[in-house]
Amino acid sequence: MALLNMAQAINQALRYEMSRDERVVVLGEDVGRRGGVFLITEGLLEEFGPERVIDTPLAEAAIIGVAAGMAMNGLRPVAEIQFADFIFGGFDQIVSNVAKMRYRTGGQFSVPMVIRAPCGGGVKGGQFHSQSPEAYFVHTPGLKVVIPSTPSDAKGLLISSIRDEDPVIFFEPKRIYRTFKEDVPDGDYTVPLGVARTARPGSDVSVITYGATVHDALAAAEKAAGEGVDVEVVDLRTLLPYDREAISKTVQNTGRVVIVHEAPKICGFGAEIAAYIAERELLSLEAPIIRVTGYDTPFPYAYENLYLPNERRILDAIRKAASF
Amino acid sequence: MNSHQQLLISRDKLLTMLRKMIEIRMFEERVEKLYREGRIQGPTHLYIGQEGVAVGVVEALEKDDVVISTYRGHGHGIARGVPMKAVLGEILGKSVGTCKGLGGSMHAPISAEHNIPLATAIVGSGLPIAVGVALGFKYRESRNVAVTFFGDGAVNTGAFHEALNLAAAWKLPVLFVCENNLYAMTTPIKSVFAGESIAGRAACYGMPAYTALGSDVLEVYETTLKALEKIRAGGGPAFIECRTYRFKGHGAYDLGTGYRPKVEIEEWLKRDPIKSLAEKMKSAGLLRDEEWKMIEDDVSKQLEAIVNEVLNSPVYGYEELASLVYSNPV
Repeated sequence: MALLNMAQAINQALRYEMSRDERVVVLGEDVGRRGGVFLITEGLLEEFGPERVIDTPLAEAAIIGVAAGMAMNGLRPVAEIQFADFIFGGFDQIVSNVAKMRYRTGGQFSVPMVIRAPCGGGVKGGQFHSQSPEAYFVHTPGLKVVIPSTPSDAKGLLISSIRDEDPVIFFEPKRIYRTFKEDVPDGDYTVPLGVARTARPGSDVSVITYGATVHDALAAAEKAAGEGVDVEVVDLRTLLPYDREAISKTVQNTGRVVIVHEAPKICGFGAEIAAYIAERELLSLEAPIIRVTGYDTPFPYAYENLYLPNERRILDAIRKAASF
Repeated sequence: MNSHQQLLISRDKLLTMLRKMIEIRMFEERVEKLYREGRIQGPTHLYIGQEGVAVGVVEALEKDDVVISTYRGHGHGIARGVPMKAVLGEILGKSVGTCKGLGGSMHAPISAEHNIPLATAIVGSGLPIAVGVALGFKYRESRNVAVTFFGDGAVNTGAFHEALNLAAAWKLPVLFVCENNLYAMTTPIKSVFAGESIAGRAACYGMPAYTALGSDVLEVYETTLKALEKIRAGGGPAFIECRTYRFKGHGAYDLGTGYRPKVEIEEWLKRDPIKSLAEKMKSAGLLRDEEWKMIEDDVSKQLEAIVNEVLNSPVYGYEELASLVYSNPV
């Protein structure tokens, strides 16, 4: 065990996998000399050399397409997109080539690659350094989509993603890269993809969320406890495939559901969870499902704190669900 | 190229090229017929007229070189030796197809065994993948080359420029082969292209850029050999612009007339890659008319058997489809 923040845990995961498997290579803008704009790949160039830690041009279609080609030629690339907001230049490669490769080729070729991308607001990044584009990718069968909320999960999920035979989009909530540390298991530590985590057990209201807002939900749950409402917080960790059993279980447990994410409400991932609950767990519900999300606007620089689903907005929703 | 140079290629090699071009031509003619009979639904892009490009390039390759194809790829697959039965199976959506019938015509040449991992309808998107395959070769210190085919439509995409730049900047073993058939669907390349020529554009990235007449399979072959020699020597990527023409429309639904001048079509029909090679071989005393006819009869017989077999074969099991989305079903 070592006390690490999320940035250090991700760095450790990359280092561990690169030491263990020489097919693992890292590529992206400024990942080498600089160690990445958030210093996530710091020290890797010195340790593994320029053949395995590759500074690319500013060209997202090339970064992702090249990673896909490497993956189909025996390597295990981990591509970094400097901000999730920049991923759209390579969107065509992800959606048209990477995601569909295995199915389209009748199972002849798979694309074992990871695309890491810092996502989410909270750093005063404005429209193009703050977005949470996970829904675009969850809508694409063939991909896996992961968002950790703790240093240990970040390490364990990233190692699992690198070892997965299929392409994984690995979103890293940048505002919690360095906000807290926890004991992270040393060495070979994996967390299975597709399995949610109960971040806090409770019996009155379920808050279902992922990424940075897990912590806002936990803070709101703490406040709610003071008001006599016992909140369960479910951290999905993987959005594609998401843990249907865990959702059913918590809904059956509480009957009251609040869904939280930073991305806009319309067709956000919360819509999928709500639809799943409506289809499968309708009779367990004691109250309407409430979504606490970003608003249906571009990400607002000046009003970031109002846009993000904070503790106050989540607490309001918990009260509403509890008192229905 | 003069006839003396051509004679330096063995008769066996010439016969192989001729046979493969005839296979592609007759295969595509049969596909067109199946399309007209309503047996094939969906986009089906014929390679008729461009045979010299696929065969000329592929014959110069080694087995472990990787080929990235396009939605007009039946010819690439057949040239590379993918069995016609599997290509036709894919076009007809049958489980005997290269991709179990899940891809269709536009992905028909894909074959792990023949090192064709990609054939895509997203124009230009194969180029960055080829660069990645080449980076994999460089990483493993292999002498192999990634070859990517694409049309003139691709050269105006962003992916084209990102890929050429990166391949050249990192001196990667990529051979870019542009099949310039003068039209991106119905749009003449000259109406949407800035600059002198496609090869000229590639040369701006500091790589050797050649032009070859696509209807002359020997010119394509020798140009490819020249390019590959430089690439395998570690010189970085090379580019070949093959000037060619599709004798048919963009897709089988399209007759290819209307947007193309009649006189232009007639001019190109005279440059038939198969006739052109056969005539050269005949005048060099390397082919007799009966031999040419025998090849055609043989391919025709083979095709008839394949067509019947494939038409009567099953589609892939519906309940098994989901298992192909992920390696480890979720």
